[in-house]
Amino acid sequence: MKKTVFAVLLATAAVLMTLAPLVAHHGAESFDTEKEITLKGTVTEWIWANPHCFLKFDAMDDTGTVRNWAVETQNPTDISVRGWRRTSFKAGDQVTVTLQPVKNGAPVGRLRKVVLANGETLGTTLPGAAPAPAQQPGR
Amino acid sequence: MANRFRLAIFAAVALTLAAVSFAQNLPWNNPGRAQNPNQQGGAAGPAPRRDLTGIWDAGGEGIGARGYPTSPLTPWGEEVSKTHKAGDGSRMVPVAEINDPLSIMADPAGFPRILLFELRPFQVVHTPNSVLMLYMFEKRWRVIWTDGRQLPKDPDPRWYGYSVGRWEDNYTFVVETVGMDERTWLDNSGNPHSHHLRVEERYHRVNQNTLELTVTIDDSKAYTKPWVPRNKLPLRLLPSGTDLMEMIPSASEAAAYRKVVAEPSR
Repeated sequence: MKKTVFAVLLATAAVLMTLAPLVAHHGAESFDTEKEITLKGTVTEWIWANPHCFLKFDAMDDTGTVRNWAVETQNPTDISVRGWRRTSFKAGDQVTVTLQPVKNGAPVGRLRKVVLANGETLGTTLPGAAPAPAQQPGR
Repeated sequence: MANRFRLAIFAAVALTLAAVSFAQNLPWNNPGRAQNPNQQGGAAGPAPRRDLTGIWDAGGEGIGARGYPTSPLTPWGEEVSKTHKAGDGSRMVPVAEINDPLSIMADPAGFPRILLFELRPFQVVHTPNSVLMLYMFEKRWRVIWTDGRQLPKDPDPRWYGYSVGRWEDNYTFVVETVGMDERTWLDNSGNPHSHHLRVEERYHRVNQNTLELTVTIDDSKAYTKPWVPRNKLPLRLLPSGTDLMEMIPSASEAAAYRKVVAEPSR
């Protein structure tokens, strides 16, 4: 059964990866695409904008310091297909954010997925799919 | 094992269709991104004669135009391209260094970039003496004159150039465009062009629901020979009642991005 579930997810991901390529206006050069971190935090602002939406949230790091993170995701058109809405977040919401940080250590990154307080997950692939691969250079 | 594989494929297709079907049925703010060749839900009828009316969507293929080869740049083209610090492709630089006029300054995408990057759904409207193309991205429009006029000889540059169109046969509409502003890039990877650029678009109506777009770039000042970034790109006819989202790059939103994401990443 586990193998079947895995095969379903794998096949879904394969289908969706061909249908929904990740495209960014700003590329991935600033981000550490080999690294993903997960932070629990509190939303301070959700900006629904072109060419990228971005989520700002406060999260405590390993030293106990609270930093205000800004993580970009895709444009409203593309993430609305994935279940995101202008109303997905409000200030004060508790969230668990998985992101790729920028290389210079600033609290800035590229969002991979968010788990809301109610358990709902918003990701950068279509609903039901595995996480999308990192941005590929070469256009 | 074979049954498991078939089940996996079936479930994958079902999940995919479920994921995209809601978007296709939205009464307002449809994001487009047609994912299958037939958005109409029925068999495609024959192509109507000399008619491109409708809302056309290239889906994911329209957005990125990844991987097309350009012809070699001329020395002039090389010099110009060195000044283009792009967000993607071979000229990609860190986000704080990008100088893409579209994504950083929210300048117009211009033509033909609107066909080569972020080709989102667009509507074609016929009038007695022109064909109008209304683009979801930027909410721009182009007027393609079909009244027999000639292209201007030495036009003042325009973001979207000057276009004339003609029917090559009953199912193929050919558009020629000149007079594009050199400030625009051809695409997201910063390929340049000069004011000598001449673009040909060929829209071939395959059947009721499918159009194919081929784009040829001819710019002897920037490239050593013509090249074809879009070759029979399939466009799918969306339902006539499709209300499209706005997707407008604005200067204030671009500035916010620079402040919040780009500058801190230096």
